[in-house]
This record gives sequence, C-alpha cells and structure tokens, in this order.
Amino acid sequence: MPDIKAFLKTLLSLPGTSGFEDPVREVIAEAWRPLVDELHTSPIGSLHGLRKGSGDMPRQRILLMAHMDAIGLIVTRIVDGFLRITDARVMDSRILPGQPVIVHGRRPVPGVIVLPSPALLPPTIGKGGMVDREHLFVDTGLPAEEVSQLIRIGDPVSFAQAPLDLSDDVLAGHSLDNRASVAALTACLEELQRLRCSWDVWAVASVQEEETLGGAFTSAFSIRPDLAVAIDVTFGKGPGSPNDYRTFELGKGLTLGWGSNVHPGLYRRFKDLAEELELPYFVELMPKSSGTDAMAMQVIAEGIPTIVLGIPCRYLHTPVEMVSMKDITRAGHLMAEFIARLDADFVQNLSLEVEL
Amino acid sequence: MSPSTTAKQASPAIGPAQIELLERLCNAVAVSGDEREVRAIVLKELEGVADQIQVDALGNVLAARRASQPGALRVMLAAHMDEVGMMLMEEEEAGVFKFETIGGIDQRQLPGKAVLVGKDHLPGVIGVRPIHFYSAFAELETIPVEELRIDLGPENGKKAKPGQRATFATRFWQAGPSLIAKALDNRLGVATLIELVRRPPENVELLAAFTVQEEVGLRGARVAAFALNPDLAIAVDSTPANDLPAWDGSENVSYNTRLGMGPAIYLADRGTLSDPRLIRHLAATGDALDIPYQFRQAGGGGTDAGAIHRQRTGIPSVSVSVPGRYAHTAASIARRQDWENTLALLYHTLERLTPVLLEADR
Repeated sequence: MPDIKAFLKTLLSLPGTSGFEDPVREVIAEAWRPLVDELHTSPIGSLHGLRKGSGDMPRQRILLMAHMDAIGLIVTRIVDGFLRITDARVMDSRILPGQPVIVHGRRPVPGVIVLPSPALLPPTIGKGGMVDREHLFVDTGLPAEEVSQLIRIGDPVSFAQAPLDLSDDVLAGHSLDNRASVAALTACLEELQRLRCSWDVWAVASVQEEETLGGAFTSAFSIRPDLAVAIDVTFGKGPGSPNDYRTFELGKGLTLGWGSNVHPGLYRRFKDLAEELELPYFVELMPKSSGTDAMAMQVIAEGIPTIVLGIPCRYLHTPVEMVSMKDITRAGHLMAEFIARLDADFVQNLSLEVEL
Repeated sequence: MSPSTTAKQASPAIGPAQIELLERLCNAVAVSGDEREVRAIVLKELEGVADQIQVDALGNVLAARRASQPGALRVMLAAHMDEVGMMLMEEEEAGVFKFETIGGIDQRQLPGKAVLVGKDHLPGVIGVRPIHFYSAFAELETIPVEELRIDLGPENGKKAKPGQRATFATRFWQAGPSLIAKALDNRLGVATLIELVRRPPENVELLAAFTVQEEVGLRGARVAAFALNPDLAIAVDSTPANDLPAWDGSENVSYNTRLGMGPAIYLADRGTLSDPRLIRHLAATGDALDIPYQFRQAGGGGTDAGAIHRQRTGIPSVSVSVPGRYAHTAASIARRQDWENTLALLYHTLERLTPVLLEADR
C-alpha cells in the first residue's frame, strides 16, 4: 500500500463509533493482511496482527496499539420521526447543530443534526443561547413511518463529514482521533517489511478507547507483551486552544509522553533514537495520566513498560479535526526503526533511573 | 398549434433534469454580493430560451418572455440568487482567518463545520477549542463569531485572502421524499423561475428577475422592479418550516409553515402586506385545480416583495415559497412534492391571470 494518505482517507469515510467498530476493522484487516503473519479479532472486537520476529523462541513481544473507535452518538428516542440523541462521551454539543451524520439503522440512513426554532425549546435557553444535545434532533428527511421501520433506540450515529484535503500535507475530517494513528501503525508495518527484527511485533487496532479502554485492557492481557506503545493523537496548537505547554504545532514532529503512564527508560530510548534519526519531536508532559490506551496497558498482569507517542491534531473531538501527514509518517518511521533495534537484552537493560 | 388554440396546459413537472439543475444550483457558491456562479448557471440555462435577457448594474439577471396577445399583464417573478455566508476579514496566522457572517446566520450553526472559500472553493474548517480544555460542561456558552476562525491550513491559506467569501461545504442529497442541501433558500426559487421561463403561460408577459443581495437588504429586487416596471409581482422564495415537536410535548403553534402541505402563500411578513387580490387568486387557483397550498403564519421574515411593492408608484405584490426546514444552516430540508406543487400553483395562477383582477376591490 504505497499511499498512506489515501488509506487514511478511506478510514475517515468509515463509521466505527465506540462499541460498533466492525466497519472500520474490516478495512484495517484488509490493509494489514499482507503485512502480518497472523490476524485475529479479539472477543470484544479489537484487531490483532502478528508479524513474527527472527529471534529464537520464546521470542519477546512488543505491542503497538492505536484505537480505531471514534466518538459518536446514540439514538435515545424517536418523536414523530425525529430522533433524540445522546453522545457516547466527551463531545461539545455546540458543534452539533447543522452537522451531517449517518444513523446506523437497518440500513445506513443519512441525516442532519438540527436545532429547533426558539419557540420549540425551553424558555430558559433564551434567544441564541447554547442548546444542549438533549434538545437537538436528527432529521433524516424521511417520513415518520419509514423512520420507525429503519431506526431503533440504541442505533449508533456517526459523523458524515467527508475528509478534506487542505493541501498535500494537511488533512481534515472526523475520526482523525484516532485513525491518524492507525495510519501511522500501518506505515510502520509497511516499513518493517524491509527491516529485519528479532522480536515479535503485535499491531493492535483497539476498540472502546473513548469509553472504557476495554480494548486496551483485554488485548494487552491476551498478548502479554514485554513492551507496549500507545499511539494516539494529541492537542495541536491552533485557534481556540491554549497556546502553552498543552499544545503542539502541526507538522513539526510527533510527541513523546513523559509522566506516570510512561516508563522513563523506554521514553529515553525513544528520545535517543529520534535524535539519532534526526526526527523532530516534542516532549508532552502528562503529570497524572495520558488519557490513552497506555493507562490500561501499563497495569496489565505484572505490569508492562509502556510509552505514549502523540500526533498533534487540531480541533480534537470535532468532525473537522486536522493533522499533518508528515507527523504520521514520522511516527511510523520512529516505531519501525525502534523495533529493528530491539535485542534480547533490551528489557533487562531498561532502567527506571532515568532523568528527562 | 397556434397559441390562441392552446387549451389549459399541464404545468411543468419536476423530473430528473430539474433535480439535477437544483443540485448544481445548491452546490454552487453565491454569497450575497458575489452571485457569479449562480448567475452563470441561470444565463446558460436560459440561453436561446428568453426573448430578451440582460444583466443589470448590480448583477441581477432580467429575462423576459413575450405574451401571445397584445395588452397582456406584465408580471414580474423574482427569485434571489444569493445565499447567506461569510467573508474572510483578516489573516491571523498562516491560513487562519477572522471572518464575519453575511446575512442572517445563527452563530450557533458555525462551530465544527467545513466551508468552501472563494471562487476556487478552497476547503476550510471552523474548529473549536477541544472539549478537554473545559473543566466543566457548565462553562459552555454560545461561541460568538468573533472567537471563531476559518482555518485553511498553512499551504492553501496562501491562496486565500481577506475579502473572499465562504459558505458551508455541504453537498446536495436526496432522502426519500426530501431534498437536503445548503442554500435551498433560494435555489428552489431560482430553479422554479428557470422552469417557468422555459415553459411560460402565454397569456402574460413574463418578466423574470433573478436577483442579488436579497439576504443583505433586498437590493437587487429594488432596482429590478424599477427597471421592469411590472403590473404586479410575485416573489418566489423558500420559507422556514418550523414544524418540529416542541421540547415538552405541547402543541407546536408557531410552525410558520409545514413540510408536505404545499406552497406557502404569504399574508404578511415584516416587509410586505400581500395584495389581497393576489392572495385570493392564488388560493382560488389552488382550490380549482386541487393543488395543495398553505398560508404562511403571518409574522417576521421577508422576501424581495418587501422592496418590489414600494417601487415607483406601487406594485401589487405577493410571495409564494417552498417550505424548507433549517434555512441559513449547513443543511436545509425541503420536499420535492412541495416544490412541484409550488411550480404548478405559480404556473396556473399566471395562466388564469387577466387584467380584470387588478380592477377588482381589495
């Protein structure tokens, strides 16, 4: 697969909200099949790809995880053919009015999230006031009878915004959190085709990160790796976001997490390698937790040395998230080169006594 | 067959060709003050069809079809070509622009939307501060447009500049009986007028005005009405259908219009008291031919009729609209059947018009 951007745009056009990841998993599986030796689906839907290493058995294992689920909405009630919705988790209701969506009913039903006129809303909202999602509707344009045949309470609702090429390098769309990292992981697997490595590499596209980290807990338990890498998007600098240590410029490098979810020795090895490869990076400080799959993987079984890699992304958790392809390519390259350097002594030489 | 022997004709219908035209019109970008794209479509569609066609100083397209008999009524039909949108005002950082809205856009409709900028339709987005940076949802209030930006990315940003206009990037689609697109207000009117110019009733002199700048003050209609100097006028537009359930389950008594109930005849809005003779004639036509229609609830809003009826010594005017939900947002919804009935009602209303109507009492 020569064009990682085309693959990413395919992923962005697919549904796959938390708990309903089947459509996106099938497409990732198709892309990974030629790149791995084994492919499995976990009992709760995460995709596991194994690329076998060349070392002696029992071989050590590294787990690279990118969650494939996307934020979305769920139908909670149907009133005269109009759908009431709730969001699955962290979403700003203010991005919803006028937003095109797809309702995943007996067939995919396109619709639009709509803001009722003031007379139809609680008077407390006032003219021009913020309207919470419980007072918004999805309008499918279909007659009420057809809606009740096609759609049921509990059906997932995904964003329908098509990906936007803002230039060769900059891409906008929904679900870049975290399909951007799935693309980076795929680029890594491609690069590994040309590299010799002794460790087994487990690539995982996890489910339910946005909800429960259920995919991360269970896949890490099942694979029981010696090292784990969580790849996720992080906050890009840009309009609306704080212009401080919490945000990172697009196109200027990936981030390496530093904080309690991250093994300091593993951080150090990645940092040294990035410098050796002259790959630009930022240090992302995560004092309490990373808000990623790393939180789950770190505490599996006896505990796993874990690191978090971040791809800067503007407007996180909106349908117009924005990334630079350069950062995605860099993340894939760094992981592949790191894996190629893993030897039998890596873990026992990994030190906790490391400074930033 | 000579015109004088023509019996009552069937009105023009809405088929695949008409839907395809509406799709092109809706996907075109024509924010008030820069109506080029829609004007180009109108001129092309009416090339060789109109007996006379011109573009005036403001950009209105004025197209005439002569009547088959002398002494026929001169009837102006007006449909505005412009849509609400935005203008880039200042580049704040590479590819990131402050902007203002043009026309009545509710600022709550802007966050998280994709937009198209300028004549090259450069894609851009209106992003927001990620929700993670708020400590509590209680902090959330409506984001004022001053705090929003259009972001084209640093590379494409070089191709954009302040002064360019932008609108929502939504593409037209159909869902069962519905048409869904941006700018159905008023590409439905434009498409209706194109069909009427193509197949006009021959008893009237049809003066079609495809107007500019309706959304920012009815400016195109004002000068078009002066130039055309008609005996009477009908503004053809799209009006809100607020026919959704109320939040507490109570009866919705301020729906304005309802989808599926046919064309909306205006009694009064903020800018016009419709001529009672024209209201009666429209309703009588609908009743006689079993064409469904509804009266728009009197109240706010306005159409080109607001400028037309006050032109010169006064022009008897009325408005007829295709009802549409969610006007002035990224995606509005109308019914194909309402559009077809609007076209039919207008056609037969014109066909049944005689000078006697304007001699009657109001």
